[in-house]
Amino acid sequence: MVEVKNLSKSFGDHVVLNNISFNVDEGENFVVFGRSGTGKSVLLKCMVGLLEPDNGDILINNKSVVHIPIKEMNELRKRTGFLFQGSALYDSMTVRENLEFPLTRNFNFSAKEREAKVKDVLEKVGLSKAIDKKPAELSGGMKKRVGLARTIITEPELILYDEPTTGLDPITSKEISQLIVELQKDLNITAIVVTHDLICAKIVADTSIVLRAGKICYEGEIKGLEKADDPFLKNFFSSELVDAEAGEI
Amino acid sequence: MDSLIKDKDNPVAFSSSLTQFFTTIAGLSAFSLRFFKDVFLPPYEFGEVKKHMDELGIKTMPIVTVTGFIIGLVIAMQSQPVMKRFGAESFLPGMVALSVVRELGPVITALIFAGRVSSGIGAELGSMRVTEQIDAMEVSAINPYKYLVVTRILACTLILPILTLYVNFLAILGGYLAVALSESSSFQLYINAVFKSLEFSDLIPGILKTFIFGFIVGAVGAFKGYTAENGTVGVGKASTSSVVMASLLILLTDTVLVKITVWIWPG
Repeated sequence: MVEVKNLSKSFGDHVVLNNISFNVDEGENFVVFGRSGTGKSVLLKCMVGLLEPDNGDILINNKSVVHIPIKEMNELRKRTGFLFQGSALYDSMTVRENLEFPLTRNFNFSAKEREAKVKDVLEKVGLSKAIDKKPAELSGGMKKRVGLARTIITEPELILYDEPTTGLDPITSKEISQLIVELQKDLNITAIVVTHDLICAKIVADTSIVLRAGKICYEGEIKGLEKADDPFLKNFFSSELVDAEAGEI
Repeated sequence: MDSLIKDKDNPVAFSSSLTQFFTTIAGLSAFSLRFFKDVFLPPYEFGEVKKHMDELGIKTMPIVTVTGFIIGLVIAMQSQPVMKRFGAESFLPGMVALSVVRELGPVITALIFAGRVSSGIGAELGSMRVTEQIDAMEVSAINPYKYLVVTRILACTLILPILTLYVNFLAILGGYLAVALSESSSFQLYINAVFKSLEFSDLIPGILKTFIFGFIVGAVGAFKGYTAENGTVGVGKASTSSVVMASLLILLTDTVLVKITVWIWPG
C-alpha cells in the first residue's frame, strides 16, 4: 500500500530523514516510533505533500506522490486521512461544521446524507452530544476524538496519525489507541501511526520501525523491541536511563 | 522597516535587514498576484465573502462613525475663523465636502480599517497557521488560499468603499454641526452649498482608490498571517506588523494615486 524508498529530508544543515526505506501493507497498523525531533512528523508531511523530500520516493498504491501536480495530489488527499498532533480543528466552526467541511467541499452528498454521516462518525468516537459545540468548549481528549471523526468521515483508505495520544492522560490515551484499532478492524483502513507513546504503540502496532537520528534503527514487531539489546531501544522500556550517550539523537 | 532603521549603523545587520525587506516585498507581491488567479477559479465562496463583509463592517462601524463625524466637525471648526477673516465663510461647506470626499475620508477610513481589520486578519490566519488548521485544510484537498485569503481580500476590497461613503456623509454632517454651533444656518442651505461645490470628478477618484486600499489591507493582513511562524510570538508579530505595513502602503499608494488623479481630473 505504502512504499517509502531512500527518503531524505534536511532543513539547512540539519538532516532529519537520512535515506530511509520501508513498506506498509494494506490493512496494517504501522507504527513509527522514536524520540521527539527524529523526523516522524516530517515523514508524514512528506507523504501528503505538505513537505517535499530532498531525495527518494514515496509510493501509495504503486503511484509516486513526490513532485506530482497539485490536482493529482488532491485526488490522493481525498483518499487519505490525517490526524494532526493538536487535532487542528477549525476554531470558528462547530463540531458539526468541522465534520461537514470536507464533505461539502469534496463530495456530492445531500444534506440528509451529510447529517447521517456526521452522526455516525460521532457515535463511533463516542461524542454524539458534542455535535453543536465549538472546539474551544472541548477537552484535549474530546478534540482528538473529533479530529479522528473528521479524519474518518471521508472513509479514507489510508490514515496518517501524528502523535494521536500526545498530551492526554493515560486512560484517554488508551481509549484513543483502542479506537484506532477498532477503526482499522471495522473499516479495514491502513494506518501509519507516528508516536513516542509506548502504550499507544503497544496497543496499535502490527509492525513498527524506530527512528533514530533520521535513520531506521529497528524494524519489526513492538514486542521485539522489549527484548532488544541496544541501549537506545532499552531506554524506551526502562524506568532508568540505561545509557545517556546512547540516548542522544 | 523598523529593523532597517535600527540597523543602519551596522553594515552586516543592515544588509541582512535590507534583504529581508525585499524578500517580504517580493513575497507579498507574489501572494497578492495569486489572488487574481484564484479569484476566478471555482468554487466561488460568495457565502464566505458576505460573512466576512458583515463581520468587517460591524467590527469597524463604531470607530468610523465617531471618526467620520469628528473629522468634519474639526475641519469646520478649525477653518471657520480663518475663512471668516477673509470673508469666505460661504465657502466653508464646500471646503469641508471637498477635503473629506477627495482625500481625508478615503485615507483616514483606510487607515482606521487597516488598524482594525488587517491586524485581525493577521492574528486569525496566523493562529490558524501555527495550530496547523491551514495544513489540515490543505490535506483535506481544500485550497486554503482560496477559502481563507481570497474571501477576506475580496471582502475588504468591497466593504471599504461602502465605509468610506458612510464616513464622507458623517463628516459632512459633522461640518454642519460646527457651522450650526457658531451661527444660525439652515441644514438645507448647508447641504445645497455642499452639493453645489461637489462634482462627479471629486467623488469618483476618492471612492476608486478605496478599492485599492481595501485590497492592500486584506492582502497584507492575510500575507502576514498566512506566513506566520514561531508559535504565538509569530501570531503577535503578524498582527502588529500587518498594521504597520498596510498603513505605510496605503500612504505610499495614496501619494501615487493623488498624482494620477490630478493628472486625469485636473480641475
